[in-house]
Amino acid sequence: MIRIAVQPAPIDVAAELMAVEAAGAGGIATFTGLVRADDGVTELELEHYPGMTEAALLRLAEEATARWDLLAATIVHRVGRMAPGERIVFVGTAAPHRAAALEACAYLIDRLKTGAPFWKRERRGSEATWVEARASDEDAAERWG
Amino acid sequence: MAIRMLYFAWVREGVGTAEETVDPPGAVRTIADLIDWLAQRSQGHATAFAEPAKLRAAVDQKFVPLDALLGNAREVAIFPPVTGG
Repeated sequence: MIRIAVQPAPIDVAAELMAVEAAGAGGIATFTGLVRADDGVTELELEHYPGMTEAALLRLAEEATARWDLLAATIVHRVGRMAPGERIVFVGTAAPHRAAALEACAYLIDRLKTGAPFWKRERRGSEATWVEARASDEDAAERWG
Repeated sequence: MAIRMLYFAWVREGVGTAEETVDPPGAVRTIADLIDWLAQRSQGHATAFAEPAKLRAAVDQKFVPLDALLGNAREVAIFPPVTGG
């Protein structure tokens, strides 16, 4: 069971986790990404490519379910404006045993960073700057082959 | 053939629009050719496309390298490297 959501609304982790648990697995792994208050960031804005973003996330989830024995894979990504401490992304995987759930969860967040069209802009008061891509994110995505 | 262009993030801000329809000449064969051709449309385009090495592209909603052929592309998006997650 795959669930993909790209939404301006806050991410309800409890509801998403309950849905992943309902798949009847023996193990669940989740990753939640939050807005950091790095260097005085007061607001983060996420832009995306409607249509392509959802398709890219679906393809990643399908790749994960082909590679690991998963019963569920959920990716929820927030877009629009959010404050430090708010959730940007949730990844949840369910599998009969922990190794597949943990590895697939890491795979999904690593690949999502470089493989789905999102762009972050940080605001510090009245100043706004686009976040630059990091080579370390490319390396993390490529370790999965 | 008309192509729907989409721009995101600082590329959108530089060009000054999120979307436009263009009809490039036959000599424009690749995404890189298209970027060079678009750069002549306005000062904003020239600014946004000044450094192709900082640009990424998608054709019909699939990531492609800049040397990819346009072929029968209907929708081409130009944007900075992605920064999600």
